[in-house]
Amino acid sequence: MQDRRDYVLRTVEERGIRFVQLWFTDVLGTPKTFNITPAELENALDEGMTFDGSAIDGFSRVQESDVLARPDANTFQLIPWHGHAEPVARVFCDVFNLDQTPFEGCPRHALRRTLERASRAGYTFFASPEVEYFYFARTGTDPTRPPEPIDTGSYFDLTGADPSSDLRRRTVLTLEEMGIPVEHAQHEDAPGQQEIDLRYTDALTMADTVMTARLVVKELARQDGVHASFMPKPLAGVQGSGMHTHLSLWEGERNAFSDPDDPYGLSAVAKHFIAGLLHHAREITAITNQWVNSYKRLVLGYEAPIHVSWARNNRSALVRVPVVKRGKSDSTRVEYRAPDSACNPYLAFAVVLAAGLRGIEERYELPPEADANLYDLSPEELVAKSIGSLPVSLNDAVDEMERSKLLLDTLGDHVFEWFLRNKRAEWSAYRAEVTPFELKRYLPVL
Amino acid sequence: MPSQHLVKVAGRIAPLVCFPDPLPTEWARPLRDAGYELVCASSTAAVASLERSGEQSWAGAVVCATDDMAEAIALCRYLRRREEPVAPLLLIVARHQVHELRLRNDLFDDFCVAPLHPGELAARIQHLFWRSGEPADQALVEHGPLVLNLETYQAGIAGRTLDLTYMEYQLLRFLATHPGKVFTRETLLNQVWGYEYYGGARTVDVHVRRLRAKLGEEHAHLIQTVRSVGYRLGQAGWAGTPFSQEPEKGRHAPGADEPLAAER
Repeated sequence: MQDRRDYVLRTVEERGIRFVQLWFTDVLGTPKTFNITPAELENALDEGMTFDGSAIDGFSRVQESDVLARPDANTFQLIPWHGHAEPVARVFCDVFNLDQTPFEGCPRHALRRTLERASRAGYTFFASPEVEYFYFARTGTDPTRPPEPIDTGSYFDLTGADPSSDLRRRTVLTLEEMGIPVEHAQHEDAPGQQEIDLRYTDALTMADTVMTARLVVKELARQDGVHASFMPKPLAGVQGSGMHTHLSLWEGERNAFSDPDDPYGLSAVAKHFIAGLLHHAREITAITNQWVNSYKRLVLGYEAPIHVSWARNNRSALVRVPVVKRGKSDSTRVEYRAPDSACNPYLAFAVVLAAGLRGIEERYELPPEADANLYDLSPEELVAKSIGSLPVSLNDAVDEMERSKLLLDTLGDHVFEWFLRNKRAEWSAYRAEVTPFELKRYLPVL
Repeated sequence: MPSQHLVKVAGRIAPLVCFPDPLPTEWARPLRDAGYELVCASSTAAVASLERSGEQSWAGAVVCATDDMAEAIALCRYLRRREEPVAPLLLIVARHQVHELRLRNDLFDDFCVAPLHPGELAARIQHLFWRSGEPADQALVEHGPLVLNLETYQAGIAGRTLDLTYMEYQLLRFLATHPGKVFTRETLLNQVWGYEYYGGARTVDVHVRRLRAKLGEEHAHLIQTVRSVGYRLGQAGWAGTPFSQEPEKGRHAPGADEPLAAER
């Protein structure tokens, strides 16, 4: 640890860094920060910085409110958009209680705990998300009007007239400059919709990376007078923004999901893992899709999953097993398609991993592959194939979560209870609204 | 371990100590052109007094014996009979003095016979540095466009500063100090991460990809994937030479802010 600490302190000195931003994340995945000067950094690295946790959603407790932010020196990184004249650096923090025990409300701890469970079983867990979002005109942020996309492009479009492609390109270059490799980036289906695919890393690094990427996307858009949004379904009638995430477990240098001799190329571990995802899918949806608006995305007709199923080349399935190229069995992975870009990545990766691990521990049996297009099946056919559905609303999802021992164990009491309370309140507030839908539909006739 | 020609102050290269004062211009100029800083002294006592003033450490020595063999040998002895002898030491003698080198092999690393070609001194010094296997400044590691300053933990590519995380820096440092050598993921994990890592062997791939992203497309190939083995920095042919194939290229060049012109 001493070396890391010295590395950070020396870099601050050499680069003339004026401010260091201490980054952490609240329970809902909102990035939080406070700035310290280099003079305080040494102390922050050694002892942590005390701050008032009650100022942050999900960090408040009755008895005491002060908590400690302890920088993770591994994540120290210069922020390129502050320029080279007065450089600013960031470092992710773990939040601790004043007695140096991990703070129960810190999402990073929830993920660390789950990763350690995987590690005790001999696995390391890798994640590679496809982050979708929209670019809207700044004038489009008036909340009473639908936002205006900045382009009229479509899936994989290549047009000189696409004002978002230059912004997207600069965003990708900035991510790469910050050590965030991008596999590819493209225009998505809907007008103004973009996708950036992040190359896999271990899940803790990836959760940090998703937080960073969302900030980079928003910041570079802001500089261009554009509003970037990760809202799951900002426009009715077009695709929403998902965060399909590719997952794999490794045992040392061996991909634990791969079995070249299996007809599907899947090992027993992979099959149990998928079965775990399917078995617990309804319970974990409140975390992977945490907003009222998330459920506007999970509807028929927009390539979002609505049924609990798995398949190889079937994008209507909840879990997709991408077919790997011949001789590339190392890239065997499963794609979980429910999460949206507005989830808390720490908690989302934690619950997804917990569901998969439970499948492995309990040796869940994998149901048959859903080979038909699920969107075309009637309710009777779905019942006949015993294919269930994802929750249809936040309320539905929170009910499922509340009954889940798996989620209680994975998130811990503090986060579990706070999250339920917060989401119940969100649902109540939503229920009390009279929406344009109702006015348009009912007022003329009722 | 630092030897006395190791430079401590950010990027500053230690000078060569030269005798006599001044060193003939036709010898001094090619040395300076090659990037060496020269400090001339007229006697052993003068060198000792420079050293007492505290700031001088020598990258090496050029001692010309043609005018005063006795003082030259005294100076060589002075520079070599110490805990960390000054090296490399190049001695210049006249043809008629060659026989006096007998039994004095410990006092110099190489010699040349005056009169000599103006470029010969610089070429011989260059070669002595190469043979000793360490750059004049051990704190700087260079490979083509890549520069690492091991003292300040800073890295640069083609003049642009690289902003690296701690593990990215450690991995780059390890590869750059063993250029041309292939390492397996396991070895890199053990050597670079130690027992502290978590993330498994794929962590190495992840960090290599992150480093390549930061190096930029143009320089990403500096770190090469050796199929079904692991990674190496630079070409296989680089193995065994601890620094760049073009050792003269800027390696001994003083920083741009140094008053080189004023010394001429």
